[in-house]
Amino acid sequence: MMLESMLQETISVAAALMLLISFALLAQHRMLAVLHWFAAQGIVLALTTFLVAVLSDQKELYISAILTLLLKGALLPWLLWRIIRRMHVHREVETTVNLPVSMLIALGIVILSFYVAIPIERMSHNVTHNTLAIATATVFIGMLMMITRQKAITQVVGFLSIENALFFTAIGATQGMPMIVELGVAFDVLIAAIIFGLFFTHMRTTFESLDLNVIQEKIKR
Amino acid sequence: MNWFMFMLLSPLIGGIILAFVRHKKWASTINISFSGLTFVGSLGLALKVLEQGSYEALEGLFFLDSYNVIIVTLTAFVALTTAIFSGPYMRFEWRHRKLPERRLRLYHTMYQLFIFGMLLGFTTNNIGVMWIALELATLATVLLVSLYRTPGSIAAAWKYFMLAGMGIALAFFGTILIFFTSSSVLGHGNEALTWTLLFKHATELEPSVMMMAFAFLMVGYGTKIGLVPMHAWLPDAHAEGPTPVSAVLSGLLLNLALYILVRFKMLVDMATGTDKAGHIMIAFGILSLLVAALSLHNQRDIKRMFSFSSIEHMGLITVAFGIGTPLAIFAGLIHMTVHSLVKSGIFFTVGHAAQAMGSQNMDQIRGLIRHHPGIGWGLLIGTAAIAGFPPFGVFTSEFLLFSATLNSYPWLIFLLLTGLLIAFVGLFRFVQPMVFAEPPDHAVIIKANMLPVYIHFGLALFLGLYIPKFLADWYQQAATLISAASGGGV
Repeated sequence: MMLESMLQETISVAAALMLLISFALLAQHRMLAVLHWFAAQGIVLALTTFLVAVLSDQKELYISAILTLLLKGALLPWLLWRIIRRMHVHREVETTVNLPVSMLIALGIVILSFYVAIPIERMSHNVTHNTLAIATATVFIGMLMMITRQKAITQVVGFLSIENALFFTAIGATQGMPMIVELGVAFDVLIAAIIFGLFFTHMRTTFESLDLNVIQEKIKR
Repeated sequence: MNWFMFMLLSPLIGGIILAFVRHKKWASTINISFSGLTFVGSLGLALKVLEQGSYEALEGLFFLDSYNVIIVTLTAFVALTTAIFSGPYMRFEWRHRKLPERRLRLYHTMYQLFIFGMLLGFTTNNIGVMWIALELATLATVLLVSLYRTPGSIAAAWKYFMLAGMGIALAFFGTILIFFTSSSVLGHGNEALTWTLLFKHATELEPSVMMMAFAFLMVGYGTKIGLVPMHAWLPDAHAEGPTPVSAVLSGLLLNLALYILVRFKMLVDMATGTDKAGHIMIAFGILSLLVAALSLHNQRDIKRMFSFSSIEHMGLITVAFGIGTPLAIFAGLIHMTVHSLVKSGIFFTVGHAAQAMGSQNMDQIRGLIRHHPGIGWGLLIGTAAIAGFPPFGVFTSEFLLFSATLNSYPWLIFLLLTGLLIAFVGLFRFVQPMVFAEPPDHAVIIKANMLPVYIHFGLALFLGLYIPKFLADWYQQAATLISAASGGGV
């Protein structure tokens, strides 16, 4: 029972951290800072997976934790950083909705998510519905980021932060999905990341820009 | 080696081999051979299911029942004919668009991997693997859509990638929610994601969580079905990719997403004991039908126009499954089959028409019937078939769907008819001048490969006149299976 309550505490703290990082990701002006927070999100996710693995004694989750740390905490942020440096992308994040407004929308999303999760509260399950509500909110905030950003790279960070939020949901709400699924999803994310890289190169050679507004205009002409 | 492994592994091995084949003519021959092997495997498998009723492979990791075996055979068949079509088509494109040989290898490899993803998604028993397979098929098609590397195709592929990624993320969230409730019933392991076990224990699952999960699954997989308002990726991806890819996108990939959604609907219906899920599907389906029928009138690109017709028909099938009575589902399954056949046949024809006229713009395509009688007749017959003219299978399924609608939701019939009528007018408004007017001077004579087209239309015609008994039995069984879940009579 001691372990059980510790597990709950850990997940709650991690959920709060994940939500904070989502807001932090959304609030950044500079591309480099976005990547820092993205890496931080990966590390928090890996740490949560590790703690859940220890507390609920699931050997499989150790592998998952290591994979997450390597892939999301290090490899992907590094690859994105390299692309930004190589392609001389503007350092400023450009948005279609200005930052204060998007923060307000994100706030609305959090409230809505708690409302959506109300039916789950009624379940006798001991997993807190807070975790699920926060996980829903982080998924939607990632989407908000994907929708409101104009640069292909920030959209990708949005996409990958949604993936992080999904993995967090799997860990927080269900203490990890079965291994085949986790591995399969991780594999898909890796392939997706490679394809993203390919696309950046194509966009750069065809449009000389990674700004989707510029691309849209070039097609129309 | 059994039929199942034979069918599933052929495209995977084919894809790996094709990654190394540089010779163009051989590559397309190998592509056809492996698609042929896949089809032979699926036929063997279908016979086995016909004998046994259902089939499980590898200790229940994969399963086939009357519902998915129809679609698996259909997928393998369309994959084969598309491979036959794409041989000469891609060689033409290679010569005229100056595709590098490397790109052609990418095309063949991704084509086979796409088929692998499709078959994996249809046959797996694990709802997590279903998701992975759909994602795999999506990633393969993203690369296929961007094959020409023109500005338009890169932008279209990016849009497709982003929207599909977002949708599929929501679908995964729904899957996690299902695991969240099922792990307390079936234990914390793969069993809690195994569809057959979930189906057995569906009534023990928590209704509120299942309903919430369905909302996410509906929007998530709905994006991949191409339902309005999540359809924005679909016309662009169809228009900018090579034509064989448009054919398999419309004919196959949309079916996979719909197949998965219907599997979940069965679970949700049993868990909640209401038809709420069905109502949501009907709403999305009707909206897609109407919006697509109207948008069809606004198009200038021929492939975009027919891709809106795909959205329209996917909407119609979604309505059929949403209604959920055995008759409606029977109609939906036939419609799915015939739509795949006819729509891929139309895309083959359109591809040749665009090659002959040197443009996909409908204003540039004129007088096909005089210039290229084969293609002209193909387009005319195909359009008649997809618009639901009597002897073709689309008419049969739409007729059955109307009877089913009249039984359950009579007031819907008005909306359905309006949508179909608007689409009908739109199709013929565009197709008529393309087929009959004076051909332009710049048109070139091409060697059109119309055999796959005639096979597809012939089958659609056959299914409209007569459905063989074993096939009717399958559809019947599948309809009973699916409708039993929603309690809509057995």
